[in-house]
Amino acid sequence: MTAGGAPSWSFGPSDSQRIEEILNNLLYESNARCALLVDRTGQLVTTVGEQPSFDSAAFASLTAADFSANDQLASLIGEEEFSSLFHQGRTESMYLADVGKRLILVVLFNQQTTLGLVRIKIKDAVAGLNKAFEEVFGRGEDEESPALERGFVDEAEDEIDRLFRE
Amino acid sequence: MSMINYASREINCKIVYYGPGLGGKTTNLEYIYNKVAPTTRGKLISLATETERTLFFDFLPVDLGTIRGFKTRFHLYTVPGQVYYNASRKLILKGVDGVVFVADSQVERLDANIESMHNLYENLAEYGYDLRQIPFVIQYNKRDLPNVSPVEELERHLNPDRVPSYEGVATKGIGVFDTLKAVAKLVIKSLG
Repeated sequence: MTAGGAPSWSFGPSDSQRIEEILNNLLYESNARCALLVDRTGQLVTTVGEQPSFDSAAFASLTAADFSANDQLASLIGEEEFSSLFHQGRTESMYLADVGKRLILVVLFNQQTTLGLVRIKIKDAVAGLNKAFEEVFGRGEDEESPALERGFVDEAEDEIDRLFRE
Repeated sequence: MSMINYASREINCKIVYYGPGLGGKTTNLEYIYNKVAPTTRGKLISLATETERTLFFDFLPVDLGTIRGFKTRFHLYTVPGQVYYNASRKLILKGVDGVVFVADSQVERLDANIESMHNLYENLAEYGYDLRQIPFVIQYNKRDLPNVSPVEELERHLNPDRVPSYEGVATKGIGVFDTLKAVAKLVIKSLG
């Protein structure tokens, strides 16, 4: 991305494997159903556990909005942040935790487990994810991110013309 | 901040529709939602008030398909145009890859357009972004109304850098896809 614009970030297969390992371990230890990792701009990074039946793109964008709105609420009451949020439903609940101010970990769980257990296990997972993402964001953009194939731009432009027409 | 996931081979790009209140940002998204093939788009999420004014944002994911092995998607967002919703507006700009400014062409909305454009520059600057470095296009909407400013006048006030601009009547879909295509292509070029 050009200087002055928003920086891009990317991660490769080895990052992905490490992150999924942390999340799978979290699900195993907490007995939660599903964990999603969403970036603060509203994009879904990864999902592990039961594949959600809902629209995950919409879920990710609303999660980021939820967290951002709560950040603002925190600052209004004089807090630096709310590092975690909990939404309780009748059968399904979700727990959201900040990961390095760049990502949000969302854990969906039901009565098979308890809020207390989920909360404790999320803390460990967040510590592991923080470490993993420090490395992702700390390194240069090119290390695990080969350039997009030549021809990508032309092909994408053709597809844009095809898709967005009357 | 386009996210390129080399593990799942996905590219997601964020495009934000900005502009003064009641200028037609949501109408642009609604038209796109209704016109693109249902298989290529997700749900249109609207966080709006009871009177259908955007409260936080509208969101529409559009799938470009798999390009050279990468599943490529655009996430289209609108911001609430009303002046007092600036906190929400700023949040939506986080990580933006491309901006569409939807101007209201009516003479009496000229000041609102200018104010909103300044607000866009300011909010981007707070994130350290410079609008001149970001894919950016302008749509002069509501060209079918009788009391519109000439395009040259709007260009003079709103488009000193001469970014691509389009005349639109979003309620009828005029100019909607031209605008979207232009910004989408600029965003893709910035990745390549």
